[in-house]
Amino acid sequence: MELVCINCPRGCHLNVEKINNEIVVSGNSCLRGKTYAVNELTNPLRVLTTTVGIESEYEERLPVISSAPLPKDRVMDVSKALKEVRVSAPVKMKDVIVENILGLGIDIIASKTINR
Amino acid sequence: MINRELVIIGGGAAGIAAALGAYENGIKDILVIEREYEYGGILQQCIHNGFGLHTFNEELSGPSYAEKYYSLIKDNECIEFMYNSAVTEINDKCVTVQSPEGVKKINAKAIILATGSRERPAGAIGLKGDRPVGIYTAGTAQKYLNRRGFLVGKRVFILGSGDIGLIMARRMTLEGAKVIGVAELQPYSNGLARNIKQCLEDFDIPLYLSHTVKAVHGKNRLESITLVEADEKLRIIEGTEQEIECDCLLLSIGLIPENTLIEEMGVVLDPKTKGAVVDDTYITSIEGIFACGNALHVHDLVDFVSAEAKRAGKAAADYILGNKKEGTCVKNVLGNGVSYMVPQSFHKGNEVEFCFRVNRVFKDCSIHVYGNGLDKKIRKMGIVPSEMQKVVLKKEEIEELDGELFWEVI
Repeated sequence: MELVCINCPRGCHLNVEKINNEIVVSGNSCLRGKTYAVNELTNPLRVLTTTVGIESEYEERLPVISSAPLPKDRVMDVSKALKEVRVSAPVKMKDVIVENILGLGIDIIASKTINR
Repeated sequence: MINRELVIIGGGAAGIAAALGAYENGIKDILVIEREYEYGGILQQCIHNGFGLHTFNEELSGPSYAEKYYSLIKDNECIEFMYNSAVTEINDKCVTVQSPEGVKKINAKAIILATGSRERPAGAIGLKGDRPVGIYTAGTAQKYLNRRGFLVGKRVFILGSGDIGLIMARRMTLEGAKVIGVAELQPYSNGLARNIKQCLEDFDIPLYLSHTVKAVHGKNRLESITLVEADEKLRIIEGTEQEIECDCLLLSIGLIPENTLIEEMGVVLDPKTKGAVVDDTYITSIEGIFACGNALHVHDLVDFVSAEAKRAGKAAADYILGNKKEGTCVKNVLGNGVSYMVPQSFHKGNEVEFCFRVNRVFKDCSIHVYGNGLDKKIRKMGIVPSEMQKVVLKKEEIEELDGELFWEVI
């Protein structure tokens, strides 16, 4: 089976084979490629980036990012849940905006500082 | 009249890095002129992650990359940012600025153009039909959604497989829109393989290669488009038309360096890159005027923009301090398969980084570079036009070159 690694812009073409119940990966240029391929077959994960509303003097949206990749089939649910979220400035980059989103053990964090 | 050592036009990725590069090389009086109310340029609306792997060895969102890079010059008394200010004219080395305090004239010893690029609009491809509401460039839709919270359509079709279009396909899907498909006139995608995977395939959005939009329909609001197949010469195949209902068409059909300011000055532009012709010090055909980043040529990665702009900052510093590289330049001559090369010419005596693109898809090929005392072949598995290539030639390799250096893909 062939996969395109999504970890970085290089986009390595990975060859994934199951040999004796073990997943063997080739074509990767770093360890992240291997981890990605194994996850993709067992538990695919995706980082979510979106925005939440913010009360601020000059901004309307605060860009946010998941602190770690989420299960791929829960990305849409998390995106929907974040539509209701509104915060107020000041917010610092890396501040936790929602802790343990939908009980997944992953936080949603600010990816920009908005001072006022 | 205000006098500054170095004026940088544009406070995005390129402008920030150019300021850092100039400061680190001895310039202590730097003014960055930015038309928005904040630094970062287009990075501020690119909320997806994937930026910074080369620069910071971590994956950041656009705003985070801008913030992290800006932190390297924040509180630096030698670098001043002038916000909400647009440069309207450059005359010799004097820039005219429309600022909140009125029109200002600023004299500089050197000027760096870091004005980025703009998107090709509908007019650039002669899109047939009326101009109903609902047709946007992908970047405009991105700005509306990520900065203002407005979704510009509910049933979306995307023309062009550039990365911004692919990113917007995912982004609008996550916000509840239905993205019907992406059409690409070329038989290959213009976006990164990872974006085809994570932005289209993850959401079962079809990519129609060798397809284009023949016409748009709708009076007030866009109602449908006509999708049509194209042959290998990129000509429409009559009889393959299909109507697709949609209320929004996004265009992701390429970027053009923003060079209005220097075009008016008579700076020589490269017809291929649409940016200035420069040597390895990023100096244009006019003394003291430098260009870098997407204003010079469109890059794939912001990390490469930052690296290039930092070098341009150093070069401008050398120029101001009287350490400009002297001697005649070697000219790049482009052969088979090479679409453009930056820099267009270069000095010997240092290693030089060359950036270029190919004009078609190559598989199992070599980049062949040769001239007096140099004959080098670099093996490649495959090269596509959407991926910028980089070759670094060492000082020793270019030492014996005479007037020209030849490039081809074989």
